[in-house]
Amino acid sequence: MICQKDVGLWLDIGPVDQIAPGNARTLPVRGGEEIAVFHTVDNRFFALVNKCPHKQGPLSQGIVHGNVVTCPLHNWNISLKTGEALGDDEGCVPTIPLKVDAGRIYLLREAVVPNLKRKAA
Amino acid sequence: MNAPMTFDSHNGGGGIAERLVVIGNGMAGCRAVEEILARDPGRFQITIFGAEPRVNYNRIMLSPVLAGEKQFDDIVINTEAWYDENGITLISGDPVTQIDRATQTVIAQSGRVEPYDRLLIATGSDPFIIPVPGANLPGVVTFRDLDDVDKMLAAAERGGAAVVIGGGLLGLEAAHGLSLRGMKVTVVHLMPTLMERQLDEAAGWLLKAELERRGQTILTGSDTAEIMEASGHVAGVRLKDGREIPADIVVMAVGIRPATALGRSAGLDVERGIMVDDHMVTSDPAIMAVGECVQHRGACYGLVAPLWDMCRALADAACGAPSGYEGSVTSTKLKVSGIDLFSAGDFSGGDGAEDIVMRDAARGIYKRVIVKEDRLVGAVLYGDTADGSWYFDLLKKGEDVSDIREALIFGQAFASGGALADPNAAVAALSDDAEICGCNGVSKGTVVKTIAAGACSLDAVRSQCKASASCGSCTGLVESLLQLALGDDIRSGPKTVCKCTSFSHDDVRRLILEKDLRAIPQVMQELHWTTPDGCSSCRPALNYYLLCAWPGEYEDDQKSRFVNERMHANIQKDGTYSVVPRMWGGLTNPRELRAIADVVEKYDAPMVKVTGGQRLDIFGIKKEDLPAVWADLNAAGMVSGHAYGKSLRTVKTCVGSEWCRFGTQDSTGLGVKAEEMTWGSWMPHKFKIAVSGCPRNCAEATIKDFGIICVDSGYELHVGGNGGIKVRVTDLLGKVTTEEEALEVCAAFIQLYREQAHYLERTAPWIERVGLDHVKAGLFDDPDAVRKLAARFRYSQQFMQDDPWAERAAGKDAELHQHLAEVRPLEFV
Repeated sequence: MICQKDVGLWLDIGPVDQIAPGNARTLPVRGGEEIAVFHTVDNRFFALVNKCPHKQGPLSQGIVHGNVVTCPLHNWNISLKTGEALGDDEGCVPTIPLKVDAGRIYLLREAVVPNLKRKAA
Repeated sequence: MNAPMTFDSHNGGGGIAERLVVIGNGMAGCRAVEEILARDPGRFQITIFGAEPRVNYNRIMLSPVLAGEKQFDDIVINTEAWYDENGITLISGDPVTQIDRATQTVIAQSGRVEPYDRLLIATGSDPFIIPVPGANLPGVVTFRDLDDVDKMLAAAERGGAAVVIGGGLLGLEAAHGLSLRGMKVTVVHLMPTLMERQLDEAAGWLLKAELERRGQTILTGSDTAEIMEASGHVAGVRLKDGREIPADIVVMAVGIRPATALGRSAGLDVERGIMVDDHMVTSDPAIMAVGECVQHRGACYGLVAPLWDMCRALADAACGAPSGYEGSVTSTKLKVSGIDLFSAGDFSGGDGAEDIVMRDAARGIYKRVIVKEDRLVGAVLYGDTADGSWYFDLLKKGEDVSDIREALIFGQAFASGGALADPNAAVAALSDDAEICGCNGVSKGTVVKTIAAGACSLDAVRSQCKASASCGSCTGLVESLLQLALGDDIRSGPKTVCKCTSFSHDDVRRLILEKDLRAIPQVMQELHWTTPDGCSSCRPALNYYLLCAWPGEYEDDQKSRFVNERMHANIQKDGTYSVVPRMWGGLTNPRELRAIADVVEKYDAPMVKVTGGQRLDIFGIKKEDLPAVWADLNAAGMVSGHAYGKSLRTVKTCVGSEWCRFGTQDSTGLGVKAEEMTWGSWMPHKFKIAVSGCPRNCAEATIKDFGIICVDSGYELHVGGNGGIKVRVTDLLGKVTTEEEALEVCAAFIQLYREQAHYLERTAPWIERVGLDHVKAGLFDDPDAVRKLAARFRYSQQFMQDDPWAERAAGKDAELHQHLAEVRPLEFV
């Protein structure tokens, strides 16, 4: 929920219907890492840094099944919830806290722009 | 008429009682009053305002009223006598329009002013009207109260067609009612799955299939553009894709919004709903709120169960013994007779969450429970909801289910059965004459004897006694019997498609045809997939098998395609793409070369390379630039080269008799014809063709999937070559004398491969697996086989030979190429 005190804490990235279920779309961040936002077939949303921990493949382009995305480069399976590689592979990609409210997607601003605070200080 | 009706009662008796005014005569308002009366009947002098001109009724039972299963009288909760007996003043048909917090009074539409000491807002929710042209036309109704039901019943009386916008709980119940009342009903739903908030894809598909069987038309993934009008009344619905559906009534059931207007104008804290604490008190201590209009700990509820919990907490606090409401876990049941459907909790799966899926295709049952850290966290049941309440109870209590984990999916009776908690033990306990396989009438005794006689694998049991050989729903039972008899000595059967299924590729392909399966969720249901929506191995395979089985009918599932086929370009290690335009038979011309050169410069492509298949490959194109690149290439007459697909890649040629002093036939001309015939076709794996003009074989035709070598007397046809990891020289299939024959056999061979090979199996391993004799038999045993196979290939090609680049360049699937937005944070700091 966006409370008055939260304004600025969460970044509104638009309505949920701009990502079809089973797909992902990207959000380039100037001065930061590109983010992949996923919409699963059973209607959950997740955000990860758009880089596979293996060889930095764009996870946004992978096949989404359950809460897992398969990297398009070498078929690593990455958990959308934790960003961790599944199975025998090891590695982890940062997740971005995300929430859906009243049909819009919000990302935690400080996770999108990790160095925001440092620059402001 | 909505004239105010007043049931004055013997109020003013006590004088010292606090005045409680309730805004809202619905389920929440009245339940809260009942709870208060149950605790302390004399505490408040109560006045209830209701917008509807009638007593309190059970709103969730409107669906059965619409369906003709109940009458209004059946769903009344509190009669006039109840208000009377409890000294409650009911002011119905006169909605409150203003709250004056300074003077602690409410003002109604009629001008009536009522003072309060405590105020309870229970205004519920309003139906959400999608803002499309025509939304206010006569004949467009919502589904919220009895007046709406009356309007729908009047329309049904006249007959005709109804469109229900919204395939959620409410919309489907409205559609069901109208359908039973004899209307032709179409449901228009924005999302790809019905009731996507409550159901996963598999259960949503089953529901859709059942509703369609009952005569409703279900359009998922459909967005309403406009409600059409004729002579001042609704006439139909136009969708954004241009389709028009005639309608005599349109029911808008896309969702509800908390009715917060009163609270907002009174200056209470309101976000999505009126903000309340755990005691249902708003930002004004004198004002409480309850029901669908509130927001508690960030959540708004649209179901009835949370009301009961909220009202208890409210009454406890209002009567001086605060307990606190902690939010609700909700469950859903669809009130459509004959359809059993239940969902509760979190069914999104994910880490640490384990799915247990059971499907029984013969009985149309799908059950899925989700366990996390030894606790049940979610359940979706379709077809058999008998255990819904048991699962819901386990879920709410958060009980440790590790002891009954193995048998959990079989339900309460099974899981609670002590020794029966082990499924193998349960099977062991069956008598010898118990039926294992219903399709083939095989008893447990027969299966046990078959195993004892040497059948050591599922496949052997299937072939020897037919148990689980048909629909496969008893596979688990047969596996248990194998386990019991052999322990770890079970031999694994043929390789399955992936871990999601026990069926092999051949089984899946055969059953798709036998059982007339036409969609991925349908295959997963009928063939008992153990995961809700498959994985990255089976989804592309199923998509291909369906596409091959039902050309022209099956709608390609983009999200089940590997990135290259979804993006129509080849992804590279840095996430950019390479683009290969088609050059028929490896021929090109100045116009094409100029266009390619222009693209390379315009998009700053870092590299251009000549490929092994005689094409030019442009590297380093960003996904967002792809449609523009394709538009430029299209403008020069070039189409997709499908260098990215499990499809016909290239036809490589040498120059042949037109130029070469050794050439025997027009190999370039034949290559172009072959490419024109085969381009755009999806295959189990990539497929390469070459045509060499003489046995010197400059086009390297003997390491291609289909190779033609021209000789003086005609054309040698070679198959199953491969120049990849494991080089394989082709087998000679035969020799023909004309170009037409060569092309006909080429088409027939491709179709045989398309219909029989496993997904991701090149022709070389396919032929090694099945044998060249099998391929020859398939092509030549029946003298008509080549003609029939080639005809099927050409039929399929009708639907394949649209340039995917042109569609994308024209704007199709633009969201696959565009970023959501760009974040530019630094300017703001």
